[in-house]
Amino acid sequence: MTAEEIKQIIITQILEIAPEINEGDVDPDAHIQRSLEIDSFDFLRILTALSKEIGIAVPEADYGQVDTLNHMVDYFVKHS
Amino acid sequence: MKAQWIKKEPKNFSVRPNLMDYEKEYNAFQWEDVALEFQGSPSMGLNIAHETIDRHANGPLAQKTALVWLGADGKKREFTFAKMKQESARFANVLQSLGLTKGDRVFTLTTRLPEFYIAAIGIFKNRSVLCPLFAQFGPEPILQRMKKGDAKALVTTKVIFEKKVRSLLDELPQLQTIILIDAIEDESDKIRSFNSLMALASDIYEIAPTDPEDMSLLHFTSGTTGMPKGVVHVHKAIYMHWMSGKYVLDMHPDDIYWCTADPGWVTGTSYGIIAPWLHGITNIVDEAEFDARRWYEILQNEKVTIWYTAPTAIRRLIRMELDPLKEYDLANLRLVHSVGEPLNPEAVIWGVEKLGLPIHDNWWQTETGGIMVANFASQPIQPGSMGRQLLGVEAAIVNYDRDSGVFEMAKTGDKGELAIKRGWPSMFRGYLHEDERYKKSFYNEWYLTGDLAYKDKYGYFWFIGRSDDIIKTSGHMVGPFEVESTLMEHPSVAEAGVIGKPDPVVGEVVKAFISLKTGFIPSEELRRELIGFGRQKLGVAVAPKEIEFQSNLPKTRSGKIMRRLLKAREMGLPEGDISTLEH
Repeated sequence: MTAEEIKQIIITQILEIAPEINEGDVDPDAHIQRSLEIDSFDFLRILTALSKEIGIAVPEADYGQVDTLNHMVDYFVKHS
Repeated sequence: MKAQWIKKEPKNFSVRPNLMDYEKEYNAFQWEDVALEFQGSPSMGLNIAHETIDRHANGPLAQKTALVWLGADGKKREFTFAKMKQESARFANVLQSLGLTKGDRVFTLTTRLPEFYIAAIGIFKNRSVLCPLFAQFGPEPILQRMKKGDAKALVTTKVIFEKKVRSLLDELPQLQTIILIDAIEDESDKIRSFNSLMALASDIYEIAPTDPEDMSLLHFTSGTTGMPKGVVHVHKAIYMHWMSGKYVLDMHPDDIYWCTADPGWVTGTSYGIIAPWLHGITNIVDEAEFDARRWYEILQNEKVTIWYTAPTAIRRLIRMELDPLKEYDLANLRLVHSVGEPLNPEAVIWGVEKLGLPIHDNWWQTETGGIMVANFASQPIQPGSMGRQLLGVEAAIVNYDRDSGVFEMAKTGDKGELAIKRGWPSMFRGYLHEDERYKKSFYNEWYLTGDLAYKDKYGYFWFIGRSDDIIKTSGHMVGPFEVESTLMEHPSVAEAGVIGKPDPVVGEVVKAFISLKTGFIPSEELRRELIGFGRQKLGVAVAPKEIEFQSNLPKTRSGKIMRRLLKAREMGLPEGDISTLEH
């Protein structure tokens, strides 16, 4: 999977939890939870869904490394 | 099956607990003795701001760190008691200059910023009333609460104001001033900059005489049938905060204390602001949301000794499957408490195994203003039990049939409603503008909590569930009626029934069952639209996380949606008494 494909999958999952967001409003360098009103339970749901889609589970201890869209893409690329 | 008792050896503790013999202390305790712990003179009465900040700033603790603030971006700021006194005096002067006075409700809607803590103390100084709202509320819950609370001023940030409040201004004619924490300059006479106002204000403020019964705090809590209730608290509640700070949280002068609760909920004010500062101890505030590694680092780096947190967070830490004591130096941590929802026995035992410390569950609610039932540092724990009644508190299990008026005390071991005998100092003094609702929450001398529990032969209480439909999610109460009302504003929705769906991490998640108006057909697209609609109107803390379409929601013959039945069906449980179900 390319970084761009991973990015699209992540955005799709974010929009699944928060469908009111416009794709263009997702700032790749902004803190996902704070900028998009995603609470920690929603964040958990996003990462659970992504582990199924991408096949890489982010352990709870690494949640701090996937705080922005770009960081999340990097993380999945690095671990794939 | 119940877990084994966790025994304690308090003589071996690094710090001797303030309460060593529960029975002896309980029998000897008198509320009048607590009055001696405060400085309030007859002329000054009793003011939270004086007892938490000013009296320490005027004495040997002046240069001690009162607040350690950890920013989400890694910044760290520290405030001494002397600095807190000055800054809160400035804010009290700001309020006065804006014409705000005793009893006026000042709302806050911010994340955990230092300015919030300064404003809170300043509001108490000015004898105005602090009404903190959770920043994750959407415009609907904000509007309902500000209207009901007669909001005269609001302290918030630019982003939150633009996103959630500006569009409501026409509906809030009483709102005189909005103070934006991060605005560089005033936008208008009404929309002001916190820093500009503070720069002009004096850092000296003399607190006017404050009656212990003056209103200090207004927190909103969810109802099962109506909109949220404004729970009125008074300055005298600090008797409870002082006592529980000493005997439950076990505060000693050198403690470093971290309460992880947000001040949008009552734990974040009673125990995130008031209790630690009454005891003159250093209070940690983390701006960021839960992050497991970050939290362990805070415990380690800030050398936290007492940690007051919540089951949702503990369950997230358990999920990490790591050995915190191997990866972090938590040698300073000596006591862990939890509140918000019942702590499962496995979590208590996890504490023993992984932190080397059991987790002490306790119970209370917005209306009680302070901890009512608790596990104590020196006392044995039965994992899964919320512990015993506090000193000066009488808790009981009662059975009260609200229809027939029959009231009786339950026998030991029998299930019933948890009730607290009237008269503890932090008892709520009213539901704002709703006297009838307030009266209904008492039977004679007993405040009826709405929680079902039983008491065992050792005097320990065990939580069973709510007696009504209120949802508990991540430790917060969500009223189904408030969610249903908002969903019904959507043009497609005919009826909505909202329940708490059990969840292993957050206790319950808000789930809505929706029937659509004629002409609308259930679809994935409409489901997503409704999820987004809920999030925009209600905010992430209240909005349903799940939506299911159902063509006929179960109703009573009088047309009331049977949430209980929706929940039983969701959980695959027996449907119970459905004699009132409409067929």
